[in-house]
Amino acid sequence: MINPFETKREVVNTSPIVSDEVKKTTCYMCACRCGINVHLKDGKIRYIDGNKDHPINKGVLCAKGSAGIMQQNSPAKLTKPLLRVGERGEGNFKEIEWDEALRIATTWLSEVRNKDPKKLAFFTGRDQSQSLTGWWASKFGTCNFAAHGGFCSVNMAAAGMYTIGGSFWEFGEVDWDHTKYLLLFGCAEDHDSNPIKMGLGNLKTRKDTKFVSINPVKTGYSAIADEWLGIRPGTDGLLVHSIIYELLKANKIDWKYLERFTNSNWLVYNNPGNKNHGLFVRDKNNQPLIFCKIKKKILKSSEENTKPSFFGSYYFNDVNVIPSFELITKELLNDDFKPSIVASKTDIKESVIKRIASEIAETAFEKEIELPIKWTDINGKKHDTMIGRPVSMHAMRGISAHSNGFDTCRLIHILQMLIGSIDVPGGFRYKAPYPKHVVPGPKPSGHKSIPNTSYDGMPLGFPSSPEDLLTDENEKPIRIDKAFSWENPLSAHGLMHMVINNAWKGDPYKIDVLFMYMANMAWNSAMNTKETIAKLIDKDKITGNYKIPKIIYSDAYYSETVPYADLVLPDSTYLERWDCISLLDRPISSADGAADAIRQPVLESKRDVRPFQDVLIDLGARLGLPGFINDDFSAKFPNGYIDYIVNHERKPGVGPLAGWRGNGDSFGKGKVNPNQINEYIKNGCFHNHKFSSDQSYYKFANKSYINIANEFGWIGKKEQIVLQIYSEEMQKFRLASEGHGSKKPPDYMRARIKKYFRPIPKWYQPIEDNNIESEKYSLNAITQRPPHMYHSWGSHNAWLRQITNRNYLYISEFVAKKNKLKDNDWIWVESSYNKIKVQCRIMKGVNKLTVWTWNAIGKRKGAWNLDPKSPETEKAFIINHIIPDLLPKREDGYNYSNSDPITGQAAWYDLKVDIYKCKENEIDYKVYPAFKTLKNKSRKNIEINTYGKQIKKSFSKNQSTKHFEYIGNKKNY
Amino acid sequence: MTELPKKTNKKLGLVIDLDICVGCHACAVNCKEWNTSGHSSPLHDVEPYGDDPTGVWFNRIHTFEVETEVKGSKTVHFPKSCLHCEDAPCVSVCPTGASYKREEDGIVLVNADTCIGCKLCSWACPYGAREYDETAGVMKKCTLCVDKIYNENLPENERVPACVSSCPTGARSFGDLADENSEIVKLVSEREGYDLMPEQDCKPVNKYLAPKLNKDIFKNNELKPISKDENQSFEDWIEQVQGASK
Repeated sequence: MINPFETKREVVNTSPIVSDEVKKTTCYMCACRCGINVHLKDGKIRYIDGNKDHPINKGVLCAKGSAGIMQQNSPAKLTKPLLRVGERGEGNFKEIEWDEALRIATTWLSEVRNKDPKKLAFFTGRDQSQSLTGWWASKFGTCNFAAHGGFCSVNMAAAGMYTIGGSFWEFGEVDWDHTKYLLLFGCAEDHDSNPIKMGLGNLKTRKDTKFVSINPVKTGYSAIADEWLGIRPGTDGLLVHSIIYELLKANKIDWKYLERFTNSNWLVYNNPGNKNHGLFVRDKNNQPLIFCKIKKKILKSSEENTKPSFFGSYYFNDVNVIPSFELITKELLNDDFKPSIVASKTDIKESVIKRIASEIAETAFEKEIELPIKWTDINGKKHDTMIGRPVSMHAMRGISAHSNGFDTCRLIHILQMLIGSIDVPGGFRYKAPYPKHVVPGPKPSGHKSIPNTSYDGMPLGFPSSPEDLLTDENEKPIRIDKAFSWENPLSAHGLMHMVINNAWKGDPYKIDVLFMYMANMAWNSAMNTKETIAKLIDKDKITGNYKIPKIIYSDAYYSETVPYADLVLPDSTYLERWDCISLLDRPISSADGAADAIRQPVLESKRDVRPFQDVLIDLGARLGLPGFINDDFSAKFPNGYIDYIVNHERKPGVGPLAGWRGNGDSFGKGKVNPNQINEYIKNGCFHNHKFSSDQSYYKFANKSYINIANEFGWIGKKEQIVLQIYSEEMQKFRLASEGHGSKKPPDYMRARIKKYFRPIPKWYQPIEDNNIESEKYSLNAITQRPPHMYHSWGSHNAWLRQITNRNYLYISEFVAKKNKLKDNDWIWVESSYNKIKVQCRIMKGVNKLTVWTWNAIGKRKGAWNLDPKSPETEKAFIINHIIPDLLPKREDGYNYSNSDPITGQAAWYDLKVDIYKCKENEIDYKVYPAFKTLKNKSRKNIEINTYGKQIKKSFSKNQSTKHFEYIGNKKNY
Repeated sequence: MTELPKKTNKKLGLVIDLDICVGCHACAVNCKEWNTSGHSSPLHDVEPYGDDPTGVWFNRIHTFEVETEVKGSKTVHFPKSCLHCEDAPCVSVCPTGASYKREEDGIVLVNADTCIGCKLCSWACPYGAREYDETAGVMKKCTLCVDKIYNENLPENERVPACVSSCPTGARSFGDLADENSEIVKLVSEREGYDLMPEQDCKPVNKYLAPKLNKDIFKNNELKPISKDENQSFEDWIEQVQGASK
């Protein structure tokens, strides 16, 4: 009996058994790839927390990672291979056995390979195993391979690789411990999810630091910025121009840094109309030359004890030559970049631009830091300290997703070089295996498509001149996505966003099989969603066959894309598989060490699914692809991906994993070690090769670092990596547009190449601005990822969708007033191309001419096992419906893709819209467009989620926990 | 109706730094994840894949904009969970003694066995920090991870609340706010940590640290051009910077 007047004390078990076992692995709830501890109780996940020893997250874990239990529990998981039985898009499938699924796939693929291998388009979306998938494509013999980088980050990757030999995004980091001033451009939740948050916490709790966020929207990181600059989308390059202008005018630049580490002094031919105009002046041994002010003559740039000139006009073999820095400063001191002029275009006040430039200069030059670290430079000169200019910059999607992103990113790198803050204490730092020599090889392979023949090289690479392009004798694109063609010459990550359109159209040719992995191309990964869906189901009127004849798709969940496949290969979850996060691909390194990692299966799958990489390796063997079979035609990796991870060698001694090679004591290179995986598991599923302190900065000219980078095979030569403030590669394409060289753009593309390929970047308006009625469509429309959701995987998660299951179009008070809108009004959002009906909300922290929303919350009815009446389908929306995939026809009669003209990066954020209130009779309290509900026979309704109940029941006091690792509180990071 | 202890030996609680909270929800989800198999297990979700998914969360993040006089608008991310008040009205109002404050450490808990689900406590709590689990018919709330912070089956430095160990920015600290020499008390004093709604007289143990106003750490507001001439030619600029570098 309970006496209500007596305080009856509860006996609290404060030491329940947490788990039977803790298994460590790598998270995959986003691309950050943190180390996690999965606490298992009775075969169920009790708890997932961050691995304290892990170089990425050091014990912390974000909302996505913490929701891993519900990802594993998702009822949207596919359970068995599916073969389409009705029409494409209907969602009618029959379940088949793996034997049959693999037989069908093998038949389809071998037909292609026997005839014309490039008729396979293999695009792998959010793939973290691109060194395997790319290699598979090259062994298959198709050039038509890429992952999703073309619609994600290629502007940043390419701009960095062509300028400083490394890049932002996940390949570089802020020196969080030392920086005093951070400029964060266009950065919201994305890769490096936890390191950026940890870094901001670190930076903001140190004294005398400042964090400036340049972002049209004040959410997340921007909300805690010491200063928020609500810039107009697509104008960041102009702001950077203006900052550079101020610094140059005040002579606040690091001349020594420029002289030692960049190509500022290299002489350039000033020979207009000739084939060497704008190229570097080189000697017979191809060494760039400088003019020495002391010796008063032209010498090799590598010669010691010179005083190279930054300015002046000289003659080399009777041709006028000029140091590149003079050309650069002449362009950058253009009065169009004055703060007073730039202010109205960027929506950043003149006084603010001037103040920011001044703060940068003050921090860089008056708050210089000196770390007591002895090091030796590439010339053998010893230094007692490392000098740092503690101004750091980081930039991501807000820069990347514009058609001027490549040049904007290059401008940021130029700003960094001018103040000497790349890879110095307090600045921006490269993560291993970067930096690389500019431009890194190898070049894209795939000029010929020969039956049953592999390529030696890889499909993707960095072209350094027109000769490296993948175009035919008529200068037409060779690849289905037109990557590495004149349309987007430096498309180093391909253009996944163009594949479906081009394959449907047969431009440049028709394909037979479209093979995709983990990319929601019939929904939130597509531009122009409606048309993309229509193209997937469109049939040839004469033959009655689908225009894209066969589609194979692999995914772990019933996404919007699954119903459009003919054959569905169900993937496992991230907790059920082996994986490797490789230095050959996208490693988890930091600036302080080279690191790679594995995933190990921590749970056994009870569904009839197989990890995609296992399937791919199996298909490789069935198809008899070189590298996947032994001499006797038996499978080379009969145990699947794990077998490949341990035993595959890309070059002798170099495999997917760099740690514990040879006898377990070699890093980087060494023979195959059968025990390697056990060593990884023992160490928490990662390996971190820490650099010695003398290798930690100035990596591009640091003798000790360059030596080890060369030994590990990251760079081909033990030479300084010279930062390219002036880009000769860009000039080579420009010269081709003027008719020089053996490979020239078709006539109708010459003007375009000439306009965009400049050795010195110059901001231009996002291309869409010039194509539309700019007065009508005057608002910029962009998206951001919610911090707790990465994309469609996360947004159907039972816990995460309780945090966000719908979005609004957020508008400024200015726009609200002008359009007479109030909170929750239903409005039309119209682009030059299509319109959507959504609800709006008014906010203060947004650029006044920008509207925005959260990305990938909206879902199609019937997908992801959600109730078709879910808010995700009726109130939430994706803005993709109104983003065109093609730009309007130009004067030259051609529809260019909506991409950066240099890299092919999808220009998601170029979108311009008009918004207006719905008429009364248009309001039905649902978003428009509504697509037909996808059929999903296997949908399960779950009334109550009681997860945890069974686990708690099984607690008992007398067992011990097998905790073989010390895990814990982030306070120690 | 339920008595509060006259004094608690410790005042365990959280200090939350609003200056660095980016509103990422890591703490909320990690809390849910730990606690759904913890002391108050399970934290039910109703219609998790339905048209109105709802569930029990001990920690929720509210994001809103405020207008400040000096700096214009400010976006605030405000994590909210039980503040384990010294004068917890949720305890004194409880008719069954199910809601109670522990004498040893000050943690406010609910005994699910004696809770009758009358919700008086949630009416009494001025912070709205209680969570009624309609499936179980009992009130639930933040336990400060009472089954984690003392758990001898976990390594010592893992014995902190889940919201603290997961927080990526380090915005959450945990400790004994009664211990004048503790790190956490020093942090509160350095940053002038404050009580949420002190006028409610609940004496919350948890403290919040306010967003910092920008300190002016710079000497100048703009750079001085090397030339006073607005229309300085490029050639003059070259001459002057070369002269300056000599």
